[in-house]
Amino acid sequence: MGFFLTLVLLVVTLGVAWRYLGSYMAAVFDGRVHFLGFVERPIYRLLGTRPEQEQTWKRYAGALIIFSAVSLAITYAILRWQGSLPLNPQHLGAVGSALSFNTAVSFVTNTNWQNYGGETTMSYFSQMGALTVQQFVTPAVGIAAAMVLVRGLSRKSFSTVGNFWVDVTRCMFYVLLPIAFVTGIVFVADGAVETLAGTATIHDVLNGVTQTIARGPIGFMESIKQLGTNGGGFLNANSATPFENPTGFTNFLSIFLLLCIPFALTYTFGKMVGSVRHGAALLAAMVLLFGVWVGFTSAAEHHNNPAVAIAGVHSTVGNMEGKEVRFGDTSTALFGVASTQTSTGSANGAYDSFTPVGGMGLLTGMMIGEVTPGGTGSGLYTMLVYAIIAVFIGGLMIGRTPEYLGKKIQAREVKLAGLAALIMPITVLIVTAVAVSVAAGRAGPLAGLSPHGFTEILYGLTSQGNNNGSAFGGLTGNTPFYNVIGAITMLLGRFAIMIPCLALGGALAEKNVVPESLGTFRTDNGMFVGLVVGVILIIGGLTFFPAISLGPVVEQLSQLKVF
Amino acid sequence: MSTLLAPTSSEPSRGGVAQSRGLFDRAILRQALGGAFVKMDPRVQAKNPVMFVVLVGSVITFVEACAHPSTFTWSITVWLVLTVLFANFAEAMAEGRGKAQADTLRKMRSDTEARRLRSDGSEELVAAALLAKGDVVVCEAGDVIPSDGEIIDGIASVDESAITGESAPVIRESGGDRSAVTGGTKVLSDGIVVRITAERGQTFIDRMITLVEGANRQKTPNEIALTILLSVLTIVFLPVVVTLVPFGNFGGASVDVVILVSLLVCLIPTTIGALLSAIGIAGMDRLVQRNVLAMSGRAVEAAGDVQVLLLDKTGTITLGNRMAANFFPVGGHSEQELGDAAQLASLADETPEGRSIVVLAKEKFNIRGRDLGPAHVFVPFTATTRMSGLDIGARQIRKGAAESVKRWVGDAGGSVASDLDEIVERVSRAGSTPLVVADGSEVLGVIELKDVVKQGIKEKFAEMRLMGIRTVMITGDNPLTAAAIAQEAGVDGFLAEATPEAKMALIKKEQEGGKLVAMTGDGTNDAPALAQADVGVAMNTGTTAAKEAGNMVDLDSNPTKLIDVVEIGKQLLITRGSLTTFSIANDIAKYFAIIPALFVVAYPQLNTLNVMRLHSPQSAVLSAVIFNALVIIALIPLALRGVKFRATGSAAILRRNVWIYGVGGIILPFIFIKLIDLVLVALHAY
Repeated sequence: MGFFLTLVLLVVTLGVAWRYLGSYMAAVFDGRVHFLGFVERPIYRLLGTRPEQEQTWKRYAGALIIFSAVSLAITYAILRWQGSLPLNPQHLGAVGSALSFNTAVSFVTNTNWQNYGGETTMSYFSQMGALTVQQFVTPAVGIAAAMVLVRGLSRKSFSTVGNFWVDVTRCMFYVLLPIAFVTGIVFVADGAVETLAGTATIHDVLNGVTQTIARGPIGFMESIKQLGTNGGGFLNANSATPFENPTGFTNFLSIFLLLCIPFALTYTFGKMVGSVRHGAALLAAMVLLFGVWVGFTSAAEHHNNPAVAIAGVHSTVGNMEGKEVRFGDTSTALFGVASTQTSTGSANGAYDSFTPVGGMGLLTGMMIGEVTPGGTGSGLYTMLVYAIIAVFIGGLMIGRTPEYLGKKIQAREVKLAGLAALIMPITVLIVTAVAVSVAAGRAGPLAGLSPHGFTEILYGLTSQGNNNGSAFGGLTGNTPFYNVIGAITMLLGRFAIMIPCLALGGALAEKNVVPESLGTFRTDNGMFVGLVVGVILIIGGLTFFPAISLGPVVEQLSQLKVF
Repeated sequence: MSTLLAPTSSEPSRGGVAQSRGLFDRAILRQALGGAFVKMDPRVQAKNPVMFVVLVGSVITFVEACAHPSTFTWSITVWLVLTVLFANFAEAMAEGRGKAQADTLRKMRSDTEARRLRSDGSEELVAAALLAKGDVVVCEAGDVIPSDGEIIDGIASVDESAITGESAPVIRESGGDRSAVTGGTKVLSDGIVVRITAERGQTFIDRMITLVEGANRQKTPNEIALTILLSVLTIVFLPVVVTLVPFGNFGGASVDVVILVSLLVCLIPTTIGALLSAIGIAGMDRLVQRNVLAMSGRAVEAAGDVQVLLLDKTGTITLGNRMAANFFPVGGHSEQELGDAAQLASLADETPEGRSIVVLAKEKFNIRGRDLGPAHVFVPFTATTRMSGLDIGARQIRKGAAESVKRWVGDAGGSVASDLDEIVERVSRAGSTPLVVADGSEVLGVIELKDVVKQGIKEKFAEMRLMGIRTVMITGDNPLTAAAIAQEAGVDGFLAEATPEAKMALIKKEQEGGKLVAMTGDGTNDAPALAQADVGVAMNTGTTAAKEAGNMVDLDSNPTKLIDVVEIGKQLLITRGSLTTFSIANDIAKYFAIIPALFVVAYPQLNTLNVMRLHSPQSAVLSAVIFNALVIIALIPLALRGVKFRATGSAAILRRNVWIYGVGGIILPFIFIKLIDLVLVALHAY
């Protein structure tokens, strides 16, 4: 599919998803959808809870932490003991402890950073029973956390914010499983591999070599990989291989799936707070930034790679190094931007081979906090944090105690929003500083102690700090050092942001609503969209500008031109 | 309502507390310069996280400058210290104005002697400062009232100019709502016995002194929230700058500590951090300039959030008194006949209503006061007759309430014209008061006494509406009258036949809906409502109970001032928000000045980012630091005066401020850093 046709189709299909998936999700989380009640009820009975039994934000957060800790333990245990577990046709042994820890954290935080090649490390049981399970539950956890913040804004003088177990269950059964099941069929029908048989061995008589072809239950993992903005593929080459992403159509479907829930959640938000316009304002801010990044990165990739040009190779089709011919330069850039800005991190090309500016497009897309549209749930709650900061600054400028949807934004809210906003940049900068300072960290990048090597480290840790999982390539990550520091980064990037957001939801829910008047700061118009975009760019830009200038900027300026 | 003998002016007064001082009064400037150095004390600085970081930064560069002396390191150190000094200076300037006012007040308080009554009734002289609550003192003409109290006996005219700046004396008497007296005011005539109601050191003047000095100034809720945001921005830039050392080392670039400190200082929001407390103090001061004393900054801020204003009709919306507006003759009499009789009946009537009738007749028919001859007797108004008038010989002229006059005419055997009732009804319906005039047994017609809505008040309410504030008129009138006046004045709602309970209920209802309510009041029965309202402005002429219940006192006792209070509250927040935006927007240009300079040795290609084409790395960094310091000084007048406030809708205000302080804040530093660089080069500093 051509680049522009893809764009047009995406706009149309995502528009439909925004409206209908968005309002469907609002109905699900308001408890108005019941057709799977026969599945829900036994689960609640098992968990000892009832839908009408709501939790305060603290209990909600407690449940979320317990659930994630148990998930982490189970995932870790399966990887460590996969040798003794079934569905292991290749008889793969236990995954190393540091790598198991990194991988377990990675999948429990919805990051899907992979310091391993799937086909040579993970048994089918590990892939299906540990990793794919997390690919289903972690987006549900993210969306549940977002619902707390949304309820905080929509409720008036309430002490509870919902029931964690109920939210996660409903999200799984009413949203994720049905969509993933149907689209999984499409992937398989289009040629994605789905088998429990072990590797195939082919003897190539002509060349006299024997090839081992990895395969497995890939197709159904593919749909949830994208839909849940997970990004962790079965195979090491991720969406670049035809086994995972067989056709131009599945490539389009992948992009659609990874964008649909994060975008649609803004409609859900609007619907639940009683003003779709407010949801549309957040959507506009997301689309604006996303569009700029797509344009910027595609333009960069449509030009020659300066390093290749210096080597004397002149291409007329853009920067094709490291890209699938099936997809081409600009569509790979589109996939890359969609995947990095949704915290998915799946890849259909080699990002390391992007031009410095193109690579910077992907890197900065993560640095602005994964809000355009960001991960499932995490995109919305982080966006709301930025919106609240924008409301605070903008609200003061009109001479009123700032309020968002009638909720006064005061010291407690600013403290929590500020905390949620600064955790990511501080974490990423500090762990990067550690990595570039110690020998174990310096040994990581393929490009050595150069600006490109710096970018490789920065990219890897930014990706993990934002729970993205996108890999730039070029960083040797499966070392004790990177496994551990990466896991810490991912945990902070997930829970140190999520918990303040839950607290924020609790604080907002308790507040009374100030009725709207002509003097109210409008949070559903173009001016507000501009302010939110400004806050995102300023926070992201001001915190990462120095680091960026030492990486991709220096690298590109060495070529003495911008593109 | 107002007990002032002369009408108060709505203009800011020129005496009392609010002595007018220029923004840069010389005495205050001198004091502030000293204060700037005193505030260098690290314990003072620690209260302001942003400036504390600058102070620590200057210590680091100082150490560096001693170790590796160069013009550059010393210049940076000096300018960093200056940055802190400028911030201190801004705060000292704001405080200085309050201190000057406090000094004036202190002079007033000192060395007064009180004539205390012993229990046996004899007098003794004691120093005012030794008076305790419950003491009884005597004050006669010429005495200064030694402390706050309640008049328990007597009546006096009192000069309160020392506090209000208003030179016209006021009447104070025992009993009722005019019995409160304030220490420091002076008895002009007669004598009173006062029971002291204030504890030692807790008098109104004492409280005023504390307030204007800002000695125990508490941070207001929005100020606390903003301080948190500024701390967040400061905290986040610390790792941004510190991690540049390892980042640079990775590629073999060593990083200069002095430049690093400069970068940090330039990035953290020093502009707003330096001016934040000055803005708050100046906001309180602006209220004092308008003769309003806010008991807490919280109240000033709440004023900016107010969504409902409860305004007393009399004195706020209408002039204090009703005025004669029309003559409606009945029963075939001419209008001039009516006007003539009405004037005669009112000649001795010294009430404002009576005088307005005389004036109206004079204006309409050029009838002047005349010689009535010796045989005339004025008949004063009494509560039983509810009429007043004049007897000239046998001729009896009366004016009064319709029913009374009709009865009087009927008793005299006269008949009442058939169209009278209809006219009386019509006048009442229009919200006016009908007065019927009769000459002997003949009813001549009706005088329409109209409530005169203050000029310009309708426009003021329209502005309020644009700002999203609902105005509610409070009146004791009947609903019919109230509706007519409400319509004429353009208020959004009214509470007729208002009782203190109804007022209280209205406030509670609005507050339950999430709205903030402001009101004015003066009587003791207003006290519960004043306490309940989010912003309660008590009139200084009011009772002690009212003054203690409210969170602001208006020394001018001008209820219209509530509108000014709201504007000042809003202006305070706007100034903070705008300067925060400006401060953050400034960072972009500073990055482009400093980042290329920081790594220029290792990565000369980064000079492409030097979009301002600054002369050298050193001049670039120094220019950014100098700009960062000078912008504080440049913005002091704005911080003290407040960002210009226009009563328009929120969208227009936001657009304006985003353009000026957001977009302007991005562009301006590019220009000025370049200019400073050019000056440095011209001075051959680099």
